[in-house]
Amino acid sequence: MLRDFKQSLLISAWFVFLTFPLMAVRVNTTDQVVTWRLMNMVWVAIGSFVLSYAWRFMLERKKVRKKTAEEGADTRSKLQIKLEDMSFRYKAMGGLLIVALVYPLVVNTYQTNIMISALIYVVLGLGLNITVGLAGLLDLGFVAFFGVGAYTFALLNHHFDLGFWMTLPLGGVFGCLLGVILGFPILRLRGDYLAIVTLGFGMIFKVVMENWDSLSFGPSGIANIDKPGLFGMDMNLAQSTTYIYYIMIALVVFTILITNRLKNSRIGRAWIALREDEIACVAMGIDMARTKLSAYALGAFWAGMVGVLFASKTTFINPASFTFMESAIILSIVVLGGMGSILGVILGAFILILMPEYLRDLSEYRMLAFGAAMALMMIFRPQGLVSGLRQKYEYKGTKDQVNNG
Amino acid sequence: MKKTALVLLSLVFALSTVATGFAADTIKLGVAGPHSGDLAPYGIPAMKAAQLVVKKINAEGGVLGKQVELLIQDDECKPEKATNTATKLVTDGADVVLGHICSGATKAALGIYKDAKIPVMSPSATNPPLTQSGEYPNFFRTIASDDMQAMLAVDFAINTLGLKKIAVLHDKGDYGKGFAEFAKQFVEASGKAEVVLFEGITPGAINYDSIVGKIRRDGAEALIFGGYHPEASKLVQSMKRKRLDVAFISDDGVKDDSFLKVAGEAAEGAYMTGPKDLSSIPLNAAATAAFKAEYGADPGAFFQEGYSAALALLNAIEKAGSTDYDAVNNALRTEYVETPVGKIKFDAKGDAEGVGFSVYTVKDGAFVELK
Amino acid sequence: MEYFLELFFGGLTRGSIYALIALGYTMVYGIIQLINFAHGEIYMIGAFVALIVAGICTIYGMTGISVLILAGVIAVIYACAYGFTLEKIAYRPLRGAPRLSPLISAIGMSIFLQNYVLLVQTPDFLPFPSLIPDFAFMEPVAYIIGSPELVILVTTFVTMILLTLLIKKTRVGKAMRATQQDMNMARLVGVNVDRIISLTFIIGSALAAIGGVLVASYIGQVNFYIGFLAGVKAFTAAVLGGIGSIAGAVLGGLVLGWAESFAAGYISSDYEDVFTFGLLVLILILRPSGILGKTRKQKV
Repeated sequence: MLRDFKQSLLISAWFVFLTFPLMAVRVNTTDQVVTWRLMNMVWVAIGSFVLSYAWRFMLERKKVRKKTAEEGADTRSKLQIKLEDMSFRYKAMGGLLIVALVYPLVVNTYQTNIMISALIYVVLGLGLNITVGLAGLLDLGFVAFFGVGAYTFALLNHHFDLGFWMTLPLGGVFGCLLGVILGFPILRLRGDYLAIVTLGFGMIFKVVMENWDSLSFGPSGIANIDKPGLFGMDMNLAQSTTYIYYIMIALVVFTILITNRLKNSRIGRAWIALREDEIACVAMGIDMARTKLSAYALGAFWAGMVGVLFASKTTFINPASFTFMESAIILSIVVLGGMGSILGVILGAFILILMPEYLRDLSEYRMLAFGAAMALMMIFRPQGLVSGLRQKYEYKGTKDQVNNG
Repeated sequence: MKKTALVLLSLVFALSTVATGFAADTIKLGVAGPHSGDLAPYGIPAMKAAQLVVKKINAEGGVLGKQVELLIQDDECKPEKATNTATKLVTDGADVVLGHICSGATKAALGIYKDAKIPVMSPSATNPPLTQSGEYPNFFRTIASDDMQAMLAVDFAINTLGLKKIAVLHDKGDYGKGFAEFAKQFVEASGKAEVVLFEGITPGAINYDSIVGKIRRDGAEALIFGGYHPEASKLVQSMKRKRLDVAFISDDGVKDDSFLKVAGEAAEGAYMTGPKDLSSIPLNAAATAAFKAEYGADPGAFFQEGYSAALALLNAIEKAGSTDYDAVNNALRTEYVETPVGKIKFDAKGDAEGVGFSVYTVKDGAFVELK
Repeated sequence: MEYFLELFFGGLTRGSIYALIALGYTMVYGIIQLINFAHGEIYMIGAFVALIVAGICTIYGMTGISVLILAGVIAVIYACAYGFTLEKIAYRPLRGAPRLSPLISAIGMSIFLQNYVLLVQTPDFLPFPSLIPDFAFMEPVAYIIGSPELVILVTTFVTMILLTLLIKKTRVGKAMRATQQDMNMARLVGVNVDRIISLTFIIGSALAAIGGVLVASYIGQVNFYIGFLAGVKAFTAAVLGGIGSIAGAVLGGLVLGWAESFAAGYISSDYEDVFTFGLLVLILILRPSGILGKTRKQKV
């Protein structure tokens, strides 16, 4: 007890020291003024004191949980157990779908609009989930695929007047192609090397789009991109927003269906095996190059497709929308939600995209919380909000054998 | 179960119609721009300008006998956010919109306003195609476009300073590259000078020594730079360090106090274009005084333009006699209005007539307008 | 020839800064195989603390290179403290976790630290007082290499010599090398591995802070975002040279600095970053562990 107190006191003093120059002092060399904000130090002291208790408590709990897990006890949360019950899952999904379908009829255009943004990130998250969550290939430049899709539509629409529905699959295909092209040279690289190279690719994409004027119109971007059409009908803003919303819902459902099937397919299991142990996996006879490339390509496919929708929703795109920060947000959606879990990714996207919209006043603290959450999540709940469910096959005794025999 | 849902639904619809019914009693002025994030300093002054104008007009009895209501929305200068913001304003029933601040965000949002038939006036979006393309009949602005700046900068370099070899650099951004491209075009069109170097520099790089070396190698006499002050300071410092003495001419994005602070001595003698000094116009002084009385500080960037835009929009509604789209549009193009940027009306494309730039230079650590 | 020299020294200055920061990445990676993504932020915090100290000093009338040294020393102390704390909070609890976990934690800390400085200080660029005097003897060659460049080159050179001595000649250095080679074995022979890891973070942070202070006084401006690009470039340099290898980090930094400088000088700076990452990909295709990197044998 006293030891804890002493330790917390020490930590609190340490943080006061640590944050002192940045939080307590502000200099203005032009007007020759130094502002002292010593009150901040009091808050830091109190805050870090309290937090150090919470920190210790959480670490203790993590240790206890680890121990019970080692002893073979059930560590799954109630939600998790419920989710593993298939009939509950179907009911929940049906309910969710009905809510999703009624949603734009009940709320106003603005609400529908931000929901579209969130759904775009759901699809992006599900795409990246294939690459990072299932195959374990860290991709820090995922936004490039998203950008390729958006530019595909913007350019085809601008030059050849191609419509949304024509381009939607094309966007996916181009995303896919880029995924394969980028995937090839980096096949041999492992985790950390991969991170920097993909980050580099993300930045290269932006630089190329900024400079290749004859192709991309440079930093000023492309405006007046068509919205998706419906049999040539003229739609006003509210109608077309609702229409895009339904397209988006369909796209999300489609993505969920496909990624779910992929996850439990032969190739999906190959990805998971590759993530768990590359060498053992290759030794088992899995074609490493093909598996890795397919993970890149299939992840990129969704990003390209939803990029088309993004371009047609905003009707204007420029390279500034495709920064590293965007990649980081998509990655944190996947990580926060729970790598490999589809439900988790959806939750993650809703939390990270909708929360800042509703908490506009606190938006400046958003990124701070973001960063902290990413680190804390890794420390205390590395599996994410919802950990990925693995298909289980239970041995039901020998009854069948008796019958057969 | 189903019945309750139906009842609830119809209730929601009923409520929303009632809400719009009430709302018709005010004139709604939407204000959109960056009010948070790193670009907030460019958006907040225009927002405060709108607040001041509305306060004043409401105290004098409002517009067409109705009170003016402000709808303020943050777009963080991001195109994708701007569409959300625009949708929100349209949904909330804005009659006219003051905004957006950044050209990219404005472009993204304009289509939505166009569909909803809402006139939009930006105090700061200087991208030329916004008016010149003719695609946005509902767009107006109280600031001159980038090509005017570039033309002035080139004219200054060639005719006033009499320089023949010009290097044009930009920061690869929307604003900077647009400016640089116009500058290049105007230099080539003039026939009196040539562009010896046209390149983009990487924002945030540690030094620009190679590019400064290149300017020397190519024998440029002037450097026209399109971009913002952080890169401009690094460029002038690098030039000073490398003892390269060429005229440095830049744009409005550099005419910022931070440039003076950061570049220090190296900034001396640099030229930049910026909106004309309008402090001699009485309304301008009055607007500044009103701001100081309310907030106790100097107004920031685009305050006067924002103030003018709010005045012009509300005046047009008053003159048009209604908030009807065509009537307001017409009034903006035909009726003169006294504003802090002068007595203005708008041309067929939406640019304000009589608003322009002048050239400034840095002298003893301050900007001085060159007449 | 003069033009070549100008590009050469411009690249050398850039490269030596990259090398200083890259050393931190490479040392940490060598010991715990972690990409310390927040390392660029330590560099930025070093620059910011130096700015605050130097700002206070200039306001009270002190100026010159002594202020720079004072600011540098305090910045290094704080950067070390931040590096130490970072390791304790964000990486130590993850020891033994899957490889992706600490990396994501590091990205999180990087975003956190950037926004922390943004919120408690300012989003604007702040002017850093110019404290490096113009040496008269540099005047004839100032157009090729000026006094600030000279100070940067000398400082980095001295720092690197000291680092080499520390690693090669001292007891602590020996323990660090042992931990790098085999952590379990080092523990068995009595090396306090946890302390060595902390120490590695501290030394890496100190180097980053030195880089930060040098750059801040060189370009005269500081902002919360400078760490990101510098960090990415330095990390690229570390990978280029072979991550985990100290000589590799220095070599990688210099190669990258020169590549950027010559590419911008002889080709175009439009695609500067494309050259950087293109070079990285090219070298990694030819040598997957970088120029001087050793291929580690993987065992199952």
